[in-house]
Amino acid sequence: MSNQETYDDKVVRQFAVMTVVWGIVGMLVGVVIAAQMLFPVLNFDIPWLTFSRLRPLHTNAVIFAFGGSALMGTSYYVVQRTCHAGLFMPKLAAFTFWGWMLIIVAAAITLPLGITQGKEYAELEWPIDIAIAVVWISYAVVFFGTIVKRKVKHIYVANWFYGAFIITVAVLHIFNNLAIPVTWTKSYPIYSGAVDAMVQWWYGHNAVGFFLTAGFLGMMYYFVPKRAERPVYSYRLSIVHFWALISTYMWAGPHHLHYTSLPDWIQSVGMVFSLILLAPSWGGMINGMMTLSGAWHKLRTDPVLKMMIVALSFYGMSTFEGPMMAIKTVNALSHYTDWTIGHVHSGALGWVAMMTMGSLYVLIPRLYGKKDMYSIKLIDVHFWISTIGVVLYIASMWIAGVMQGLMWRAFNADGTLTYTFIESLSATYPYYAIRLLGGAMFLTGMCIMAYNVYKTIKGSQPVSIVVPDPA
Amino acid sequence: MMSTAWSWFVIIVTLANIFACWWLIVWATKNKANNSKEGDVTGHVWDGDLQELNNPLPRWWLYLFYFTIVFGLGYLALYPGLGNFKGFLNWTEISQYNNEAREVHEAQIALFAPLAKLSPEELIKNEQALLTGGRLFAANCAGCHGSDARGARGFPNLTDDDWLYASDFDGIVMSISNGRTGVMPAWQAALNDDGVQEVTAFVRQLSGQDADSQLAAKGEARYNIFCVACHGVEGKGNPAMGAPNLANNIWLYGGSEAAISESVANGRIGKMPAQKDFLTEERIRLIAAYVSSLAK
Repeated sequence: MSNQETYDDKVVRQFAVMTVVWGIVGMLVGVVIAAQMLFPVLNFDIPWLTFSRLRPLHTNAVIFAFGGSALMGTSYYVVQRTCHAGLFMPKLAAFTFWGWMLIIVAAAITLPLGITQGKEYAELEWPIDIAIAVVWISYAVVFFGTIVKRKVKHIYVANWFYGAFIITVAVLHIFNNLAIPVTWTKSYPIYSGAVDAMVQWWYGHNAVGFFLTAGFLGMMYYFVPKRAERPVYSYRLSIVHFWALISTYMWAGPHHLHYTSLPDWIQSVGMVFSLILLAPSWGGMINGMMTLSGAWHKLRTDPVLKMMIVALSFYGMSTFEGPMMAIKTVNALSHYTDWTIGHVHSGALGWVAMMTMGSLYVLIPRLYGKKDMYSIKLIDVHFWISTIGVVLYIASMWIAGVMQGLMWRAFNADGTLTYTFIESLSATYPYYAIRLLGGAMFLTGMCIMAYNVYKTIKGSQPVSIVVPDPA
Repeated sequence: MMSTAWSWFVIIVTLANIFACWWLIVWATKNKANNSKEGDVTGHVWDGDLQELNNPLPRWWLYLFYFTIVFGLGYLALYPGLGNFKGFLNWTEISQYNNEAREVHEAQIALFAPLAKLSPEELIKNEQALLTGGRLFAANCAGCHGSDARGARGFPNLTDDDWLYASDFDGIVMSISNGRTGVMPAWQAALNDDGVQEVTAFVRQLSGQDADSQLAAKGEARYNIFCVACHGVEGKGNPAMGAPNLANNIWLYGGSEAAISESVANGRIGKMPAQKDFLTEERIRLIAAYVSSLAK
């Protein structure tokens, strides 16, 4: 018996298109601040345009606007397809889209105005934080409601990861932002001192672990096997790495506070769990890459798969780099240098953005009743320009970071520093230039994608797809 | 130090999570329900064609996982991590810092001790003393006086032969150790606008700059009442109180008409902070030697 329920794809289309838009906006701001590092005159002495205010705008735009739209859009798509059910409470889903967009606009206004809580990745002030909590809980209701509605017994692995991401981000966001409002634009956290720092980095690292990792693993687990037309490599590997990943990530935050006033024991525990995190992280990479076994030849012709495999490679590389940087001895060198910036971008550009682009190239034609994107050739161009851009970005920041770390710690026999800070800064300039080039290439790729998406969508009608019966 | 109950809570939760990871991989490799072979599918199908194989966990990956767990447990045995347990190495962040600082300090004693015995004349000719003095200057003094010691507005140039205070070695040591405070009082109330303008003209004339000679003549009379006590009859200043020489066209706050009249009207306070609480005497002597070597 077939029912006539259709998939609720309007909200998916909205999020998918806005992912591209926010991607360009967020990366543009990133390129601007990279240019400011090289040419400080570009701050223009205008408070709203200074590095200090645009930097949080960049991080919020790429993580929460670009990444958030990608995650919400794809999760709404994937949960319907793998549950064989339309969305639970579609109107609430529409609310999450408009609510999320409003929050992004509020962020784009308040951050340049200098309204901030001063917590990294949690800069937005309390009224916006409350709005985020409301939208996020609505998102959870729609997602888990759809899981409950499912017509297949087993819950597909992608949904475990999306589900873990949704629950954890709710908990992280709410607890890290507990604050006492003073005015509409100012609040004080309920935590103080080292406790505040610890809560902040418990949040901060799990924003990486759940927002930028678990969520995108969910995306990977649907779109990689779909595109490769191959089964997921190993079910039991997915079980093991899922539970190991979500339990160990929770502990990793203290590695952001090595050699600070945080008690020694928490620093050690943070470091140990960060190291144990290596294998669970690689479990996801293996499961994604090995899904291609039997279909490796497709990499020759399909730039979308290439994008996904390169994304998984960068995932593997940055999740190796992360545990290494969490070792105290290594951290003593790398902390506060541009190495950290390079590490973050090998994850954010290499993994998160590349996986998003690959998934959108699969998703968008399907949402508009097309067989494939307007131009495969342009996807290939996008693939190469982004890959080279990421490599330039992270290689320059590695060199710059290690150099800075070595220069800062060098001292003479008489106890004085060998280099002044300004000497390390001027030595970094060539690498800032290379980083700017890499970032600009990545942004160019995103613009090429926008054109390709526009040509794909133009003139087409959104399709309504009847929910098929489970096999 | 946390309470015993919290300590045990930390120990139990930490170890429980680590051993849960261990159990998970043992379960996934040993459990009979998991004895499927390479290439077997689980039988679940989603969305038409989504399927899963149930391949065994890669060996190398398993060993990696076991290794990180063993390493982690070893680390927690040696270093503080499990609640109040200090670890068998008795390591702390503070002890690491203290040990390293002590080593550096001991190495420095050997370096500074011979230099401390040298006289000022010997120090100024000693290459090692000047090198170290220069580095100490860069680390402690360059922020105000500039990395080339040429100073800036409000911060004296140390490379010329004009000295606000004593220019001999001991005087420089004194300036660095105890600091200096140079106060020029504000004369606006006493002189009024006209008076300030006249004195300014005279001071410019003193330093050989263009000035209205009529105004300067009036200014001289006022100078001899208000300014002469500190700056002297010839305007050469007085190093005992840091009153600057006004006749050599070297200016701490600028020699333009506007800058001089601002100084006369509103006064100036120049502050050199005392360094004796931050730097040892032997280091201050090296900086003094370096600064002496710069002065022409």
